[in-house]
Amino acid sequence: MTFGNTLKKHNLELLRDETTTLQINVGLACDLSCRHCHQDAGPHRSERMSPEVVGEVLAFARRHHFSTIDITGGAPELLPELPRLLAGLAPVTDQLIVRANLTALAGPEAASLLELYRKHRVTIAASLPASNGSQLEAQRGSGVWQQSLAMLRTLNAIGYGREGSGLELLLVSNPTGAFLAPGQSSAERKFRGDLERRHGITFTNLLTLVNVPLGRFRSWLESSGNLEGYMATLAGGFNPATVTGLMCRTFLSVDWNGYLYDCDFNLASGKPHGGIHHHIRDLAGLPEPGSAIPTGDYCYACTAGAGFTCGGSISDREAV
Amino acid sequence: MDTYYDPNDLVKFADIAKDAPQLADKFFSYYNAVFAEGALTEREKALIALAVAHALQCPYCIDAYTRGSLEKGASLEEMTEALHVVGAIRGGASLAHGVQMRKIAEKLLQ
Repeated sequence: MTFGNTLKKHNLELLRDETTTLQINVGLACDLSCRHCHQDAGPHRSERMSPEVVGEVLAFARRHHFSTIDITGGAPELLPELPRLLAGLAPVTDQLIVRANLTALAGPEAASLLELYRKHRVTIAASLPASNGSQLEAQRGSGVWQQSLAMLRTLNAIGYGREGSGLELLLVSNPTGAFLAPGQSSAERKFRGDLERRHGITFTNLLTLVNVPLGRFRSWLESSGNLEGYMATLAGGFNPATVTGLMCRTFLSVDWNGYLYDCDFNLASGKPHGGIHHHIRDLAGLPEPGSAIPTGDYCYACTAGAGFTCGGSISDREAV
Repeated sequence: MDTYYDPNDLVKFADIAKDAPQLADKFFSYYNAVFAEGALTEREKALIALAVAHALQCPYCIDAYTRGSLEKGASLEEMTEALHVVGAIRGGASLAHGVQMRKIAEKLLQ
Protein backbone atom coordinates (compact mmCIF):
# COMPACT_ATOMS: atom_id res chain seq x y z
CA MET A 1 0.00 0.00 0.00
CA THR A 2 1.34 3.47 -0.85
CA PHE A 3 2.13 5.85 1.98
CA GLY A 4 -0.65 8.14 0.80
CA ASN A 5 -3.20 5.33 0.94
CA THR A 6 -2.03 4.35 4.42
CA LEU A 7 -2.67 7.93 5.56
CA LYS A 8 -6.16 7.80 4.02
CA LYS A 9 -6.88 4.48 5.71
CA HIS A 10 -6.20 6.17 9.06
CA ASN A 11 -8.16 9.32 8.08
CA LEU A 12 -4.96 11.35 8.13
CA GLU A 13 -3.55 14.03 5.85
CA LEU A 14 0.04 15.20 5.68
CA LEU A 15 -0.19 18.98 5.62
CA ARG A 16 2.24 21.74 6.46
CA ASP A 17 2.11 23.47 9.83
CA GLU A 18 3.81 26.75 10.80
CA THR A 19 7.38 26.71 9.46
CA THR A 20 9.93 26.83 12.26
CA THR A 21 13.09 25.28 10.81
CA LEU A 22 15.20 26.08 7.80
CA GLN A 23 17.41 23.20 6.69
CA ILE A 24 20.18 24.10 4.29
CA ASN A 25 21.79 21.34 2.25
CA VAL A 26 25.02 22.94 1.08
CA GLY A 27 25.97 20.15 -1.32
CA LEU A 28 26.77 16.48 -1.71
CA ALA A 29 30.57 16.66 -1.59
CA CYS A 30 31.78 14.51 1.32
CA ASP A 31 35.02 12.85 2.36
CA LEU A 32 33.15 9.62 3.21
CA SER A 33 30.87 7.29 1.24
CA CYS A 34 28.72 5.86 4.03
CA ARG A 35 26.58 2.88 3.10
CA HIS A 36 23.52 4.33 4.79
CA CYS A 37 23.65 7.71 3.01
CA HIS A 38 20.26 8.63 1.55
CA GLN A 39 21.86 11.33 -0.57
CA ASP A 40 24.58 9.22 -2.24
CA ALA A 41 27.05 11.86 -1.07
CA GLY A 42 30.78 11.23 -1.35
CA PRO A 43 34.13 12.36 -2.75
CA HIS A 44 32.81 11.75 -6.26
CA ARG A 45 30.09 14.42 -5.88
CA SER A 46 30.86 17.98 -6.91
CA GLU A 47 27.54 19.68 -5.99
CA ARG A 48 28.28 22.68 -3.79
CA MET A 49 26.33 25.81 -2.91
CA SER A 50 27.69 28.80 -4.84
CA PRO A 51 28.54 32.13 -3.17
CA GLU A 52 25.53 33.65 -4.96
CA VAL A 53 23.08 31.08 -3.51
CA VAL A 54 24.71 31.44 -0.08
CA GLY A 55 23.87 35.15 -0.31
CA GLU A 56 20.27 34.39 -1.29
CA VAL A 57 19.89 31.93 1.62
CA LEU A 58 21.28 34.51 4.05
CA ALA A 59 18.89 37.16 2.74
CA PHE A 60 15.95 34.74 3.09
CA ALA A 61 16.94 33.78 6.64
CA ARG A 62 17.10 37.46 7.60
CA ARG A 63 13.62 38.15 6.16
CA HIS A 64 11.91 35.34 8.12
CA HIS A 65 12.50 34.10 11.64
CA PHE A 66 13.39 30.45 12.06
CA SER A 67 13.78 29.11 15.57
CA THR A 68 16.23 26.51 14.21
CA ILE A 69 18.54 26.58 11.22
CA ASP A 70 20.13 23.27 10.35
CA ILE A 71 23.09 23.02 7.96
CA THR A 72 23.63 19.63 6.33
CA GLY A 73 25.19 17.99 3.26
CA GLY A 74 27.35 16.05 2.24
CA ALA A 75 29.95 17.34 4.63
CA PRO A 76 29.23 21.04 5.28
CA GLU A 77 32.86 21.54 6.33
CA LEU A 78 33.91 21.11 2.69
CA LEU A 79 31.99 24.24 1.65
CA PRO A 80 34.41 27.19 1.47
CA GLU A 81 31.52 29.56 2.20
CA LEU A 82 30.61 27.86 5.49
CA PRO A 83 32.22 30.55 7.73
CA ARG A 84 30.15 33.19 5.92
CA LEU A 85 26.98 31.15 6.47
CA LEU A 86 27.75 30.68 10.17
CA ALA A 87 28.44 34.37 10.73
CA GLY A 88 25.29 35.40 8.87
CA LEU A 89 22.91 32.85 10.37
CA ALA A 90 23.97 32.73 14.03
CA PRO A 91 22.54 36.18 14.91
CA VAL A 92 19.13 35.50 13.29
CA THR A 93 18.16 32.15 14.83
CA ASP A 94 17.72 30.64 18.28
CA GLN A 95 19.61 27.46 17.42
CA LEU A 96 22.13 26.94 14.64
CA ILE A 97 22.98 23.29 13.98
CA VAL A 98 25.75 21.92 11.78
CA ARG A 99 25.65 18.22 10.94
CA ALA A 100 29.17 16.82 11.05
CA ASN A 101 30.61 13.46 10.12
CA LEU A 102 33.60 14.13 12.47
CA THR A 103 36.23 13.22 9.87
CA ALA A 104 35.75 16.25 7.60
CA LEU A 105 36.04 18.47 10.66
CA ALA A 106 39.57 17.14 11.11
CA GLY A 107 40.67 18.13 7.61
CA PRO A 108 43.12 21.01 7.04
CA GLU A 109 40.44 23.10 5.32
CA ALA A 110 38.37 22.93 8.55
CA ALA A 111 41.16 24.05 10.89
CA SER A 112 39.52 27.35 11.82
CA LEU A 113 35.97 25.98 12.01
CA LEU A 114 36.12 24.67 15.57
CA GLU A 115 36.79 28.14 16.92
CA LEU A 116 34.03 29.56 14.72
CA TYR A 117 31.58 26.94 15.99
CA ARG A 118 32.43 27.81 19.55
CA LYS A 119 32.24 31.55 18.91
CA HIS A 120 28.78 31.30 17.33
CA ARG A 121 27.53 28.72 19.88
CA VAL A 122 26.78 26.30 17.04
CA THR A 123 25.17 23.00 18.02
CA ILE A 124 27.17 20.14 16.50
CA ALA A 125 25.14 17.10 15.45
CA ALA A 126 27.81 14.46 14.86
CA SER A 127 27.14 11.16 13.11
CA LEU A 128 28.20 8.16 15.14
CA PRO A 129 26.17 5.14 14.01
CA ALA A 130 27.59 2.73 16.58
CA SER A 131 29.53 2.79 19.83
CA ASN A 132 31.88 0.08 18.58
CA GLY A 133 34.50 0.29 15.87
CA SER A 134 33.68 -2.77 13.78
CA GLN A 135 30.07 -1.87 13.02
CA LEU A 136 30.84 1.81 12.55
CA GLU A 137 33.65 1.10 10.09
CA ALA A 138 31.54 -1.45 8.19
CA GLN A 139 29.21 1.42 7.42
CA ARG A 140 31.59 4.39 7.17
CA GLY A 141 34.93 2.99 6.08
CA SER A 142 38.24 1.82 7.47
CA GLY A 143 39.96 4.12 9.95
CA VAL A 144 36.87 6.24 10.62
CA TRP A 145 36.35 4.93 14.18
CA GLN A 146 39.66 6.20 15.53
CA GLN A 147 39.32 9.49 13.63
CA SER A 148 35.84 9.95 15.09
CA LEU A 149 37.02 9.27 18.63
CA ALA A 150 39.92 11.70 18.19
CA MET A 151 37.59 14.47 17.01
CA LEU A 152 35.11 13.80 19.83
CA ARG A 153 37.99 14.17 22.30
CA THR A 154 39.00 17.45 20.62
CA LEU A 155 35.41 18.72 20.84
CA ASN A 156 35.23 17.73 24.52
CA ALA A 157 38.52 19.53 25.13
CA ILE A 158 37.10 22.84 23.86
CA GLY A 159 33.92 22.38 25.90
CA TYR A 160 31.54 20.66 23.50
CA GLY A 161 29.45 18.02 25.26
CA ARG A 162 30.79 19.03 28.66
CA GLU A 163 28.23 19.80 31.33
CA GLY A 164 27.84 23.49 32.08
CA SER A 165 29.62 24.70 28.93
CA GLY A 166 26.41 25.44 27.01
CA LEU A 167 28.08 23.95 23.93
CA GLU A 168 25.82 21.20 22.63
CA LEU A 169 27.32 18.07 21.12
CA LEU A 170 24.57 15.80 19.82
CA LEU A 171 25.46 12.33 18.61
CA VAL A 172 23.35 10.98 15.78
CA SER A 173 23.06 7.22 15.55
CA ASN A 174 21.40 5.31 12.77
CA PRO A 175 21.22 1.51 12.54
CA THR A 176 24.18 -0.14 10.84
CA GLY A 177 21.94 -2.14 8.52
CA ALA A 178 18.41 -3.08 7.46
CA PHE A 179 16.71 -2.92 10.82
CA LEU A 180 14.97 -0.34 12.99
CA ALA A 181 16.69 1.92 15.49
CA PRO A 182 16.65 1.20 19.23
CA GLY A 183 14.65 3.40 21.57
CA GLN A 184 16.39 6.74 21.94
CA SER A 185 16.66 6.86 25.73
CA SER A 186 17.97 3.29 26.08
CA ALA A 187 20.43 3.82 23.21
CA GLU A 188 21.63 7.02 24.84
CA ARG A 189 22.33 5.18 28.10
CA LYS A 190 24.28 2.54 26.18
CA PHE A 191 26.33 5.08 24.20
CA ARG A 192 26.99 7.16 27.29
CA GLY A 193 28.24 4.11 29.15
CA ASP A 194 30.38 2.82 26.28
CA LEU A 195 31.94 6.13 25.29
CA GLU A 196 32.62 7.44 28.79
CA ARG A 197 33.76 4.14 30.29
CA ARG A 198 35.98 3.05 27.43
CA HIS A 199 37.07 6.34 25.91
CA GLY A 200 36.38 9.17 28.38
CA ILE A 201 34.09 10.91 25.89
CA THR A 202 30.96 12.81 26.92
CA PHE A 203 28.13 14.27 24.85
CA THR A 204 24.91 16.22 25.38
CA ASN A 205 22.27 13.91 23.92
CA LEU A 206 21.95 11.03 21.49
CA LEU A 207 19.46 11.11 18.62
CA THR A 208 18.43 7.85 16.98
CA LEU A 209 17.45 7.93 13.32
CA VAL A 210 16.03 5.30 10.98
CA ASN A 211 17.81 4.62 7.71
CA VAL A 212 15.74 6.07 4.89
CA PRO A 213 15.46 3.85 1.79
CA LEU A 214 16.88 6.33 -0.69
CA GLY A 215 20.21 6.90 -2.39
CA ARG A 216 23.11 4.62 -1.56
CA PHE A 217 21.20 2.89 1.23
CA ARG A 218 18.40 1.91 -1.15
CA SER A 219 20.95 0.59 -3.66
CA TRP A 220 22.47 -1.53 -0.88
CA LEU A 221 19.03 -2.79 0.17
CA GLU A 222 18.38 -3.85 -3.42
CA SER A 223 21.75 -5.51 -4.00
CA SER A 224 21.69 -7.34 -0.65
CA GLY A 225 18.14 -8.66 -1.10
CA ASN A 226 16.89 -6.64 1.90
CA LEU A 227 14.64 -4.10 0.18
CA GLU A 228 11.37 -6.02 0.32
CA GLY A 229 11.80 -7.10 3.93
CA TYR A 230 12.95 -3.66 5.06
CA MET A 231 10.05 -1.90 3.38
CA ALA A 232 7.65 -4.41 4.96
CA THR A 233 9.20 -3.71 8.37
CA LEU A 234 8.81 0.05 7.90
CA ALA A 235 5.24 -0.17 6.57
CA GLY A 236 4.28 -2.74 9.21
CA GLY A 237 5.54 -0.40 11.91
CA PHE A 238 3.39 2.53 10.74
CA ASN A 239 2.40 4.49 13.84
CA PRO A 240 -0.37 7.03 13.12
CA ALA A 241 0.55 8.97 16.26
CA THR A 242 3.80 10.09 14.63
CA VAL A 243 2.23 11.96 11.71
CA THR A 244 1.50 15.21 13.54
CA GLY A 245 5.15 15.42 14.64
CA LEU A 246 6.79 14.78 11.27
CA MET A 247 9.55 17.25 10.46
CA CYS A 248 8.31 17.89 6.90
CA ARG A 249 5.36 19.78 8.45
CA THR A 250 7.58 22.46 9.96
CA PHE A 251 10.79 22.26 7.90
CA LEU A 252 11.72 24.13 4.80
CA SER A 253 14.67 22.53 3.07
CA VAL A 254 16.78 24.37 0.52
CA ASP A 255 19.26 22.62 -1.75
CA TRP A 256 22.65 23.83 -2.99
CA ASN A 257 21.00 25.39 -6.04
CA GLY A 258 18.48 27.32 -3.94
CA TYR A 259 15.43 25.15 -4.66
CA LEU A 260 12.92 24.32 -1.93
CA TYR A 261 11.64 21.05 -0.50
CA ASP A 262 9.64 20.01 2.57
CA CYS A 263 12.45 17.82 3.91
CA ASP A 264 15.88 16.46 3.00
CA PHE A 265 14.35 13.13 1.91
CA ASN A 266 12.02 14.77 -0.59
CA LEU A 267 15.11 16.68 -1.73
CA ALA A 268 16.97 13.39 -2.24
CA SER A 269 14.08 11.93 -4.22
CA GLY A 270 13.48 15.07 -6.29
CA LYS A 271 10.00 15.91 -4.95
CA PRO A 272 9.95 19.73 -4.59
CA HIS A 273 7.91 21.76 -2.12
CA GLY A 274 4.46 22.42 -3.59
CA GLY A 275 5.11 19.96 -6.42
CA ILE A 276 7.01 22.47 -8.58
CA HIS A 277 10.45 24.01 -8.31
CA HIS A 278 10.43 27.22 -6.25
CA HIS A 279 13.68 29.13 -5.83
CA ILE A 280 14.48 30.68 -2.47
CA ARG A 281 15.00 34.12 -4.07
CA ASP A 282 11.44 34.06 -5.43
CA LEU A 283 9.65 33.03 -2.24
CA ALA A 284 7.67 36.02 -0.93
CA GLY A 285 6.69 34.39 2.38
CA LEU A 286 6.81 31.15 4.27
CA PRO A 287 4.59 28.27 3.12
CA GLU A 288 0.96 28.50 4.17
CA PRO A 289 -0.10 26.04 6.88
CA GLY A 290 -2.44 23.47 5.39
CA SER A 291 -0.64 23.06 2.08
CA ALA A 292 -0.01 19.49 0.95
CA ILE A 293 3.36 17.71 1.23
CA PRO A 294 4.53 15.30 -1.48
CA THR A 295 5.17 11.75 -0.20
CA GLY A 296 6.88 8.53 -1.28
CA ASP A 297 7.36 5.01 0.08
CA TYR A 298 10.42 6.24 2.00
CA CYS A 299 8.07 8.29 4.23
CA TYR A 300 7.36 5.06 6.10
CA ALA A 301 10.84 5.44 7.63
CA CYS A 302 9.67 8.53 9.54
CA THR A 303 6.46 6.92 10.83
CA ALA A 304 7.74 3.48 11.89
CA GLY A 305 7.60 2.70 15.59
CA ALA A 306 8.49 5.76 17.61
CA GLY A 307 8.91 7.75 14.39
CA PHE A 308 11.79 10.13 13.78
CA THR A 309 12.77 13.56 12.63
CA CYS A 310 16.19 15.10 12.12
CA GLY A 311 15.88 15.87 15.83
CA GLY A 312 15.61 12.18 16.71
CA SER A 313 12.63 10.14 17.84
CA ILE A 314 9.21 11.79 17.77
CA SER A 315 8.27 9.65 20.73
CA ASP A 316 10.40 7.25 22.68
CA ARG A 317 7.44 4.92 22.90
CA GLU A 318 7.29 1.92 20.64
CA ALA A 319 4.33 1.50 18.34
CA VAL A 320 1.61 -0.75 19.62
CA MET B 1 5.49 -27.91 1.95
CA ASP B 2 9.07 -27.66 0.64
CA THR B 3 10.68 -27.42 4.04
CA TYR B 4 9.67 -27.69 7.68
CA TYR B 5 11.18 -24.26 8.38
CA ASP B 6 10.10 -21.39 6.12
CA PRO B 7 11.20 -17.82 7.05
CA ASN B 8 7.83 -16.55 5.82
CA ASP B 9 6.13 -18.61 8.54
CA LEU B 10 7.59 -16.44 11.28
CA VAL B 11 5.04 -13.69 10.67
CA LYS B 12 2.29 -16.29 11.04
CA PHE B 13 3.16 -16.84 14.68
CA ALA B 14 -0.02 -15.02 15.71
CA ASP B 15 -2.06 -17.70 13.88
CA ILE B 16 -1.52 -19.86 16.93
CA ALA B 17 -4.46 -17.88 18.38
CA LYS B 18 -6.83 -19.60 15.96
CA ASP B 19 -9.04 -22.10 17.78
CA ALA B 20 -7.65 -21.13 21.19
CA PRO B 21 -7.80 -17.31 21.35
CA GLN B 22 -8.10 -16.97 25.12
CA LEU B 23 -4.98 -19.02 25.73
CA ALA B 24 -3.09 -17.11 23.01
CA ASP B 25 -4.14 -13.80 24.54
CA LYS B 26 -2.77 -14.88 27.90
CA PHE B 27 0.45 -16.10 26.30
CA PHE B 28 1.09 -12.98 24.20
CA SER B 29 0.18 -10.70 27.07
CA TYR B 30 2.72 -12.53 29.23
CA TYR B 31 5.27 -12.56 26.39
CA ASN B 32 5.04 -8.80 25.86
CA ALA B 33 5.28 -8.15 29.60
CA VAL B 34 8.38 -10.31 29.86
CA PHE B 35 10.21 -8.34 27.17
CA ALA B 36 9.26 -4.89 28.48
CA GLU B 37 11.97 -2.83 30.20
CA GLY B 38 12.23 -3.83 33.85
CA ALA B 39 15.12 -4.60 36.15
CA LEU B 40 16.78 -5.78 32.94
CA THR B 41 16.85 -3.52 29.89
CA GLU B 42 15.10 -4.50 26.65
CA ARG B 43 18.56 -4.93 25.09
CA GLU B 44 19.68 -7.32 27.83
CA LYS B 45 16.46 -9.33 27.49
CA ALA B 46 16.89 -9.53 23.73
CA LEU B 47 20.44 -10.84 24.23
CA ILE B 48 19.19 -13.50 26.67
CA ALA B 49 16.50 -14.47 24.15
CA LEU B 50 19.14 -14.71 21.42
CA ALA B 51 21.25 -16.98 23.60
CA VAL B 52 18.30 -19.21 24.53
CA ALA B 53 17.27 -19.36 20.87
CA HIS B 54 20.68 -20.82 20.05
CA ALA B 55 20.51 -23.25 22.95
CA LEU B 56 17.11 -24.42 21.67
CA GLN B 57 18.36 -24.18 18.08
CA CYS B 58 15.08 -22.60 17.03
CA PRO B 59 15.50 -21.00 13.57
CA TYR B 60 12.47 -18.74 14.03
CA CYS B 61 13.80 -17.45 17.35
CA ILE B 62 17.33 -16.97 15.98
CA ASP B 63 15.89 -14.93 13.09
CA ALA B 64 13.64 -12.89 15.38
CA TYR B 65 16.21 -12.17 18.08
CA THR B 66 19.14 -11.46 15.80
CA ARG B 67 17.05 -8.64 14.38
CA GLY B 68 15.57 -7.93 17.82
CA SER B 69 18.98 -7.61 19.47
CA LEU B 70 20.19 -5.23 16.76
CA GLU B 71 17.00 -3.18 17.00
CA LYS B 72 17.47 -2.87 20.75
CA GLY B 73 20.96 -1.49 20.21
CA ALA B 74 23.08 -4.57 20.89
CA SER B 75 26.41 -4.75 19.10
CA LEU B 76 27.64 -7.75 17.15
CA GLU B 77 30.37 -8.02 19.81
CA GLU B 78 27.75 -8.40 22.56
CA MET B 79 25.70 -10.85 20.49
CA THR B 80 28.74 -13.00 19.81
CA GLU B 81 29.71 -13.01 23.49
CA ALA B 82 26.16 -14.11 24.34
CA LEU B 83 26.60 -17.12 22.04
CA HIS B 84 29.84 -18.02 23.78
CA VAL B 85 27.90 -18.10 27.04
CA VAL B 86 25.64 -20.68 25.37
CA GLY B 87 28.67 -22.61 24.18
CA ALA B 88 30.27 -22.53 27.62
CA ILE B 89 27.12 -23.67 29.42
CA ARG B 90 26.30 -26.37 26.87
CA GLY B 91 29.87 -27.61 26.91
CA GLY B 92 30.08 -27.24 30.66
CA ALA B 93 26.84 -29.15 31.14
CA SER B 94 28.25 -32.04 29.10
CA LEU B 95 31.54 -32.05 30.95
CA ALA B 96 29.82 -31.73 34.34
CA HIS B 97 28.05 -35.00 33.55
CA GLY B 98 31.49 -36.49 33.34
CA VAL B 99 31.20 -36.83 37.08
CA GLN B 100 28.56 -39.50 36.49
CA MET B 101 30.75 -41.17 33.90
CA ARG B 102 33.62 -41.26 36.36
CA LYS B 103 31.47 -42.54 39.22
CA ILE B 104 30.02 -45.35 37.07
CA ALA B 105 33.37 -46.22 35.58
CA GLU B 106 35.01 -46.30 39.01
CA LYS B 107 32.33 -48.74 40.15
CA LEU B 108 32.78 -50.97 37.10
CA LEU B 109 36.53 -50.91 36.79
CA GLN B 110 38.79 -53.07 38.88
